[in-house]
Amino acid sequence: MAAFGTGAGRPLSGRGSSGFRFTLYAVLAVVVMYLDQRRHYLEHVRYVLQAAAYPVQLLVSSPPAAWRWLQDSFQTRAALQAENARLRGQQRDLEVRTMRYEALARENGELRGLREALPPVAERWLAAEVVTVQLNSLRQRLLLNRGAANAVFRGQAVLDEAGVVGQTTHVGPWSTEVILITDPEHAIPVRIERTGLRTIAVGTGETNALALPYLPANADVKEGDQLVTSGLGGVFPEGYPVARVTEVHRDAVQPLAQVRAVPLANVDTDKEVMLVWFRPDHPAAPAAATASSDGGVGEVKHGDAGMQPQAVVRAARPPAPPAAPAAPATSAPKPTP
Amino acid sequence: MIADSRPRMLLSALVALILTVLPLPRWLDVIRPAFLVLTVLYWSVNSPRTGGIAFGFFAGLVLDVFQGPVLGEHALVLALVTYIAVREHQRIRSKPVFQQALIVFAALVFYEFLLWALDGWTGHPITSPLRWVHTVTGALIWPLATAILAYGAGRRV
Repeated sequence: MAAFGTGAGRPLSGRGSSGFRFTLYAVLAVVVMYLDQRRHYLEHVRYVLQAAAYPVQLLVSSPPAAWRWLQDSFQTRAALQAENARLRGQQRDLEVRTMRYEALARENGELRGLREALPPVAERWLAAEVVTVQLNSLRQRLLLNRGAANAVFRGQAVLDEAGVVGQTTHVGPWSTEVILITDPEHAIPVRIERTGLRTIAVGTGETNALALPYLPANADVKEGDQLVTSGLGGVFPEGYPVARVTEVHRDAVQPLAQVRAVPLANVDTDKEVMLVWFRPDHPAAPAAATASSDGGVGEVKHGDAGMQPQAVVRAARPPAPPAAPAAPATSAPKPTP
Repeated sequence: MIADSRPRMLLSALVALILTVLPLPRWLDVIRPAFLVLTVLYWSVNSPRTGGIAFGFFAGLVLDVFQGPVLGEHALVLALVTYIAVREHQRIRSKPVFQQALIVFAALVFYEFLLWALDGWTGHPITSPLRWVHTVTGALIWPLATAILAYGAGRRV
């Protein structure tokens, strides 16, 4: 009866003791963790596993999808007509607003001293549906129904009609995981539109708040300020709307202001988002930051927000003054022939 | 007997996985028990030869693919919890179901504590107290879960 309770060393299925087998699996798990965490050796394994998980995710998300489809197909005529009228009005507004766009683009090109107007920074768009499946409720992630088969890549910008939603983290063949800008591990380089002041907006873990923890107490920021992407960091191009400042606290003893902002994108209610490909040679394209790191995504994703400004400043400096002091050494053929 | 109950074990794991990733409103999601962990605990206590540590490890790996920030994190923790449960399965199995629920509560707290520590070490910390809620609901649902799983496994309660 004494051995009944302990039963420890008893082999359970003939292949060594359970302690030995546990050690084996534990070592395997630790090795997997190490390889996945450091330098991302397991991207291919993840790719395959994500493909294997997708059928289950589709199965789970099918009842809500079917319910939406039913709702759509039983809409009344009046509701459809109302929606149609609203969309017509919206389209007219947009047409009026873009009427002068061509002229403005040309004028802008002339002002910049370019021979012709630049094409828009976004080269290609792809709509992606959000797969309604619970990833991790305490992390702000989404699953999209597009993957490597649609040429989606890691660290790609995801937008909706109101602003920046997030960026892709794990890409499977038919599905992609997106980290939202409100995830506590996400930081996005932004610019205050009114003043041009650059800073970092960090996710808080709530769907309706971003924090700006790196602004000094005397920074010129007030409620209602619009935050747009600054184009640094290597993921998002310059000038896309991100958030609106909702509260600014200045404490006399604190060197930093406490600023919170509400994201403009509907990160928690979106059914459909846009994946965007940008022209890499466009001036507003994301600055190819930190060539040393793995594509810049790692830094943003792992929330090394404190490190971001330095890396960003170093990356941004070269284009701004076109080799004024270093002219003799580097760009010999071009200037002063 | 092993050949008989292995398909049932995998089926119950699949159902538990679907319950785990089913989209729910936020408040329901917070109190959602860790169904797959409960299923692994059930099989390792009641039929340790069928599942065992390998079952815990691979169930953890599946959780990693669906929810984990790092591959292998849930696998390591769930393999350890399974190992302890398999070691002590006779002692746990002989207890009445309410005492079992208390043991399950302790196991879930241990599980969540290890995950919390690993989250921090790998640089993906979640400090929200909401992550601990499922340990309580998991223990509360244990008598029901074990009855359903026993029925599914074709065993008298």
